[in-house]
Amino acid sequence: MQPFVTVEGAAAPFLLPNLDTDVIMPKTFLKGIDRAGLDRGVFNLLRFGAGGAPEPDFILNRPGYEEARFLVVGPNFGCGSSREHAVWGLAQLGIRALIGTSFAGIFDDNCRNNGLLTISLDPAVVARIAAVVAQPETNRLHIDLPAEVVTLAATGEAAAFEIEPLRKEALLRGLDAVGTTLAEADAIRAFEVRHRAENPWLA
Amino acid sequence: MAGPRTLYDKIVDAHTVRALDDKGRVLLYVDRTILNEYTSPQAFSGLRERGCKVWNPAAALMVVDHVNPTTPRRTADMPDAGAARQAAYFAQNARDFGIELIDVLDPRQGIEHVVAPEQGLVLPGMVVAAGDSHTTSYAALGALGFGIGTSDIEHYLATQTLVYRRLKTMRITLHGVPGLGVTAKDMVMEVIRRIGADGAVGHAVEFDGPALSALSVEERMTLANMIVEAGARGAVMTPDTKVFRYIEGRPRAPRGPLWDRALAAWTVLTSDPGARFDRSFALDVGEVAPMVTWGTSPDQAAPVAGRVPAPEAEGDAARRCAAERALAYMDLRPGTPLDAIPISHAFIGSCTNARIEDLRDAARVLAGRTVAPGVRAIVVPGSTAVRAQAEAEGVAEIFRQAGFEWRQSGCSMCLAMNDDVLAPGDRCASSTNRNFEGRQGAGARTHLMSPAMVAAAAVTGRITDVRRLAAPARKPEPCSLS
Repeated sequence: MQPFVTVEGAAAPFLLPNLDTDVIMPKTFLKGIDRAGLDRGVFNLLRFGAGGAPEPDFILNRPGYEEARFLVVGPNFGCGSSREHAVWGLAQLGIRALIGTSFAGIFDDNCRNNGLLTISLDPAVVARIAAVVAQPETNRLHIDLPAEVVTLAATGEAAAFEIEPLRKEALLRGLDAVGTTLAEADAIRAFEVRHRAENPWLA
Repeated sequence: MAGPRTLYDKIVDAHTVRALDDKGRVLLYVDRTILNEYTSPQAFSGLRERGCKVWNPAAALMVVDHVNPTTPRRTADMPDAGAARQAAYFAQNARDFGIELIDVLDPRQGIEHVVAPEQGLVLPGMVVAAGDSHTTSYAALGALGFGIGTSDIEHYLATQTLVYRRLKTMRITLHGVPGLGVTAKDMVMEVIRRIGADGAVGHAVEFDGPALSALSVEERMTLANMIVEAGARGAVMTPDTKVFRYIEGRPRAPRGPLWDRALAAWTVLTSDPGARFDRSFALDVGEVAPMVTWGTSPDQAAPVAGRVPAPEAEGDAARRCAAERALAYMDLRPGTPLDAIPISHAFIGSCTNARIEDLRDAARVLAGRTVAPGVRAIVVPGSTAVRAQAEAEGVAEIFRQAGFEWRQSGCSMCLAMNDDVLAPGDRCASSTNRNFEGRQGAGARTHLMSPAMVAAAAVTGRITDVRRLAAPARKPEPCSLS
């Protein structure tokens, strides 16, 4: 997993509430057995027209936003289907962090497992960031994970955010959760013996 | 532990291998999973790359459901190359990792959340996590159910655990007596409308109340299934004798002395009196009417007697913008009576509403009636077992007589990953769970409702209050001369 320490880049506002993973990654991109080619799938029906040409009005196709590293999003972003393809696609597109007021649970966990930082802030702060980055000239953000601060490059305004210490550590070091947990195999086995003794019908 | 605890907290406590911090992160032991062919492949590839085995193959079940065709004659053929590749890799993973596979030709095949309860895989008090958001369904059996992504499937398969964060709790209490024509689907749609599509984000929902107790186990599955559309990250319900009767004798259920021991343990699975919930919401189901969605989010819904609302009525600017966008996508104008909206398709299926009771509900409406001209009506039973039961009961014949296509089982047009896809501009009355843009096909429009309401829409050709259809228009009895 790619570590996240400090990242700077353009942020694209996309503030619709309850934006679901069907819209983020349409079903036609779910037919693989690997993770290949999912960058093309991200917001596919909105980003591209019928012939496959970019829709000029879509935010990620507008000048100054093609290389966006961050999205500023509406509440409950990533709701609906559990498809991790949505997060894989966003990461492949170069998106490193999402800033919003709330994130859907499975989507948020998928972000955690793929090194994408989700930052939850008060609605007024998100609205302010969205308003400033809505102009391509002022759309750059600087995110400092160790300091837990996001800064608008154009104005110098900074907002502190909170992140769980374990999640922060995993992001900073690009830790792989499976590897970390496998080191606890003995504790899991001991728990399992006890659990089955208490619930013998589970064995 | 001091103080009264909620059912959710009891289940999490009983599955905590150890606390990982003092902020609610725990290593959570997970009892069971169900795997499907489209969210699992990369998890198995991850295991292969690590050279890692599955911790406990017997605790998992693999079911092909999302990509298979539902054409009436069942074959193993997957006309779509991607689907064929997924099904083949799924079977290979089942063989290589020693997990039981239910493929399309298996008489137990069906939608994973219909099959797992049928097989007795899910038992009260369990933690069940699976690579599908509608895993919340298992609350109906007294388990804690929740969906996970592919990375966490891999984590589960390798370690039998998840790195889990304890959730806040939300109690949803149902009381009152539902009116005629009001189903569990309408109740949960009303809950979602009232609390919003983000109303339960970050929470584990516990349903309770006398109106919940009055529901059948299958009706409770509909509630638990769809509460994820309000953002619930998990769900639980106290299991009762209806649940125990439902489970007893199923293939993977305990038997004999083990059954008696299990029953004794399950009977005390409930929230303690005085247990504190972070939030509470109560609904008088007597106030609920048959519901229909008008927008592209499950909370954009209204009673069927209502009208398409005006976006300006939304106080919040973002929600107003979302409503305007939804109406443009749905090609609807504010003020239009919902029951004036014509449909081109009627779909009965999905893990929300394709169990035998759902099919019986729809068949009661369809008996003696026929699908309106210009409407294509499809029914996809939730499992092959449900299909067989419906055929044995004569329910299938009612669907056929009415002009419905009687299909094989799968997820089908709920998410349209197989070949059951709507065309742009099609408008579908659907017993499914999501009305998202493009969900049933790019440019296609979905109106969510109960199976009985889908049946009513199918026969009139427009969205229809099922209560306003006269008693079933049965053919007149032949005169008796004796």
